[in-house]
Amino acid sequence: MDKPVKLACRSVWKLYGPNAEDFLGVKNVMTQKSHSERHLELTGEQIRAAGLIGAVRAANVEIREGEIFVIMGLSGSGKSTLVRCLSRLIEPTAGEVLFEGRDLLSMPERELIEVRRRKMGMVFQQFALLPHLTVLQNVAFPLEVQGAGRAEREARAREVIELVGLKGRESYFPRELSGGQQQRVGIARSLAVEPDLWFLDEPFSALDPLIRREMQDEFLRLQSMLHKTIVFITHDFDEAIRLADRIAIMQDGEIIQTATPEELVLHPATDYVAEFTRHIPRAKILTARSVMAPSVMTATKDRGGPAPGTYAGDVQASDRIEAIAERIEAADAPFRVLEEGEVVGSIDRQAVIDVLVGRGLVGRDPVRRDPVERDPVEPDPLGREGAG
Amino acid sequence: MSLANPDSSPAGPNPARVNLTRFNPMGAPLWLALFAVTWVFSSYGREFSRAIDARWLMKYPAGWRLPFKRDISDAMKWLVEDATFGLFTFKEFTRGIAWLIELPYDFVRAAVIDGFTIGVGSEASQIAPSLSWIAIIAVVVAIGRVAKDWRLAALVGGCFLYLAVFGQWDSAMVTLASVLISVPIGVAGGLLLGIGAYRWPTFDRVLRPILDLMQTVPVFAYLVPILFLFGFGPVSALVATIIYAMPPMVRVTTLALRGVPTEIREFGSMVGCTRRQMMWKILVPSAAPSLMVGVNQVIMLSLNMVIIASMIGAGGLGFEVLSSLRRLDIGAGLEAGIAIVVMAIALDRLSQAFAVRPTPTHDEIESLQQAGLIKRHPWGTTVLAVALVTGLVGLMLPAVQSYPASLTLTTGPFWADLVAFINVNFFDQFEAAKTFMLTWLLLPVKRFLLGIPWPWGIAIVALAGWKFGGWRLGLLAGGLALFIAANGLWDKAMVTLYLCGVSVLIASLIGIPLGVLSAENERANRIVSAVIDTLQTLPSFVYLIPVVMLFRVGDFSAMIAVVLYALAPAVRYAAHGIRGIEPQLIEAGIVSGCTRWQLLRKIKLPLALPEILLGLNQTIMLALSMLVITALVGTRDLGQEVYIALTKADSGRGIIAGLSVAAIAIILDRILAASARNARARLGLAE
Ligand SMILES: Nc1ncnc2c1ncn2[C@@H]1O[C@H](COP(=O)(O)OP(=O)(O)OP(=O)(O)O)[C@@H](O)[C@H]1O
Ligand SMILES: [Mg+2]
Repeated sequence: MDKPVKLACRSVWKLYGPNAEDFLGVKNVMTQKSHSERHLELTGEQIRAAGLIGAVRAANVEIREGEIFVIMGLSGSGKSTLVRCLSRLIEPTAGEVLFEGRDLLSMPERELIEVRRRKMGMVFQQFALLPHLTVLQNVAFPLEVQGAGRAEREARAREVIELVGLKGRESYFPRELSGGQQQRVGIARSLAVEPDLWFLDEPFSALDPLIRREMQDEFLRLQSMLHKTIVFITHDFDEAIRLADRIAIMQDGEIIQTATPEELVLHPATDYVAEFTRHIPRAKILTARSVMAPSVMTATKDRGGPAPGTYAGDVQASDRIEAIAERIEAADAPFRVLEEGEVVGSIDRQAVIDVLVGRGLVGRDPVRRDPVERDPVEPDPLGREGAG
Repeated sequence: MSLANPDSSPAGPNPARVNLTRFNPMGAPLWLALFAVTWVFSSYGREFSRAIDARWLMKYPAGWRLPFKRDISDAMKWLVEDATFGLFTFKEFTRGIAWLIELPYDFVRAAVIDGFTIGVGSEASQIAPSLSWIAIIAVVVAIGRVAKDWRLAALVGGCFLYLAVFGQWDSAMVTLASVLISVPIGVAGGLLLGIGAYRWPTFDRVLRPILDLMQTVPVFAYLVPILFLFGFGPVSALVATIIYAMPPMVRVTTLALRGVPTEIREFGSMVGCTRRQMMWKILVPSAAPSLMVGVNQVIMLSLNMVIIASMIGAGGLGFEVLSSLRRLDIGAGLEAGIAIVVMAIALDRLSQAFAVRPTPTHDEIESLQQAGLIKRHPWGTTVLAVALVTGLVGLMLPAVQSYPASLTLTTGPFWADLVAFINVNFFDQFEAAKTFMLTWLLLPVKRFLLGIPWPWGIAIVALAGWKFGGWRLGLLAGGLALFIAANGLWDKAMVTLYLCGVSVLIASLIGIPLGVLSAENERANRIVSAVIDTLQTLPSFVYLIPVVMLFRVGDFSAMIAVVLYALAPAVRYAAHGIRGIEPQLIEAGIVSGCTRWQLLRKIKLPLALPEILLGLNQTIMLALSMLVITALVGTRDLGQEVYIALTKADSGRGIIAGLSVAAIAIILDRILAASARNARARLGLAE
């Protein structure tokens, strides 16, 4: 079921400062394996004491084909540095980066250029448009670098310009466009070569909130058509949960948790993560699966509602509560929760209201409610825990 | 750890840490004591050395001199006469370079002034005239219009018209031809070297000290070996000009390339640019606006040097000035001088306008693309038409081809009369001022410095270096001072130092208050900047003219010219330093009830000190470079040594004297930079 891994990194380090390699090297004279484990023991204090900056520390990530992988953290937590290590824009101090199974760090320059030309695209926070080129020329630039003919590259550029909704502005210069439009150019440009792997470093941070939302929708629309593998950086948790399949949270150069948005909310690894997720409306994140009762509930007799043993309807296990809340609240009977056509549990009005008002959701593991408290109990047929 | 760790916040002046107490980097008592000792040595050294029969204390013995001068002269001779690279000799090599430069130069000269000819000497026959004066004015007007607007076009057109009407056209065109050749070569060369330094750190490390040295060696010193290698004539002048004008372009290029935003560079890597694509498609175009600043500098430095290089055969306006100064023809000298000013202003405004020119918008470009050839290049076609028409008409009507001599105005007599008038009516006042300065400032300082026994002088220099910048700087400073002494130039170096010191003192006394004033007061700022900007565009040569006319030759005249030339950085840096102070610190002062004067003295000046010191440093550098030129008005310092070498084409002598000036510059520069650094550190300011 799992898609193949597109990009992975293993215990990647980036230390800034004099003799960073020596510092990592001196600390371990052992084999490659224990080497990286030894690194793990290095604390921030030790690194700072050596006069170094630990921009990225022992980072491990695996990004699967077609997923939107969001890296998030506060300013200075090392997100940009990590993503630049992943694309080898900067050389990591230690560690391994595998792109489609090939070691990116030992790749000779010519091959690396080839990989970047054909397989990678990147969108930048400050747009990084070339000021002396028009929109059309900017978008066609990656193809020009590859040596594509003028007619060919301009035709392709016009296509992607239309895709991002900038048709008619081909001959504008970047400074004649608004921030949102400029970033559309940046996006179009990075899509011109049809990359497999798409890096976006805080692409919408420089935009004001309204445009930012619009651009997020735009981005989701594009992704629903293109199905790229995406590494997306943001420091905005709202943005992260809107877009992400999985999120890696960074703090002081370390990845402290990698998980789906839902898991982050339900099982934050540290207080820091919990703090991050505290203000996020649960209904936006939790799915029916994590709220449902693992047993199959039916309407009860005594309340004079619908006939016992009936359901008000079905919802999918992966549906967000936000999306189904209205339906469930309006119905008297519980809903069945389906996953791949099978019934895996049920969900009722009470559970949805709990989520909406944030009841029972505080703390590390908030949703594990005791099924006994609720209506009739049957042993969980699938043996699942309440919070999958 | 929390993200709000104060240590990770960007370094900046932390108000709590700024220490405004006492400016005392050196332990005043020590220096006072040293000064006293030096004073005694200086006053009684001569008697003392005579008494103990140790004359060598005062005068570096000829027997101990290093034979550098001779060696260098011999080496140059060998280069020119015998050296060979196997395939070709050195002489052929220099001839090759000369030919490469001469070819385009002759062409441009033919185009702007001489006309195209076939054959040589008396056989020569003209096949096509040069551009008519009307056509050239049309060209500059069109450039002005394209670069900015009609006002600029009118200004530069007016400037060139002035040159025609006041009879300076021919020399101005010769000067212009030199500038037109040396600027592209200087820009291209500087760009390539700068790119090299950007790409290969090793190359940068090698290049940097060379550039430093080239900026400190006075211009005259370049002229001597070049004169020796290439002979008297325009080629020598062009070579010197190119060498002189290139270093800033190199620096600007590396800075501009480094200044390209990281994201743009990363974008280049991400789309898979090769190194060459990265440089020419990404970095250079993105850095273009900053590069234009370098181009402007190359243009202005070229003009400056082309004027100076009239001493080795550049001809043109510089030659007019030089020869009229020699004839003491005051009117003609001033006229040519004003022509230089006019030309400098025109070139400066044009190139600055190009540097900040807004790039066209999309509709401008689109409408151009739809238009026909004539519409697309309206100015080009107009100029071409004017050139053709005036060229043809000029064949019959000479007045159209070259401005008729009968219509030229001359202001020479007017200026001569004016100067004569001033000299007759204010002679006593000028004389009084001059005598006053000489007796109370110039001569005492001179006597003091010349009286210092050289071994003691070297010791003091080394000590100062050590105190401010550690033992390395101490060694460097002492070594350089010893170099000067060992070449028998100690006394001349002291004269240089005295003139430089006095001029810098006066320039600071005028410049720093002006800077403070313009930082505090917007109106004053506008006036001061306008004056300073103009002063800075003028070629150094021009400063000599009025000074010589009013005060005749001598140290006093030299000093005034140097002060005028070196004033700008003192003003600029002081203003910049005061403007750069954190507003909070000033508010803190106001809140604690400082008066304006206290605010200035206790907060602003101490905090601006590092900048002021940097300005002082620049002032000194400019003063030294100007001092060498003032040798023309009869100083007896290192500049005179270079000048003599120039007239005798004695490479060794010229180079050694030039290096000695550079040595003084380096000593002062390093010590001042170190003390500015100390001051910054003490104030807790970021580097
Ligand atoms: N070239 C560098 N030299 C030294 N330190 C650096 C360098 N680049 C980044 N750092 C440091 O590494 C840390 C991580 O920086 P990074 O730019 O990756 O943060 P970020 O998470 O992307 O922050 P932001 O949201 O502000 O973009 C910071 O503390 C930063 O100061
Ligand atoms: Mg970042």
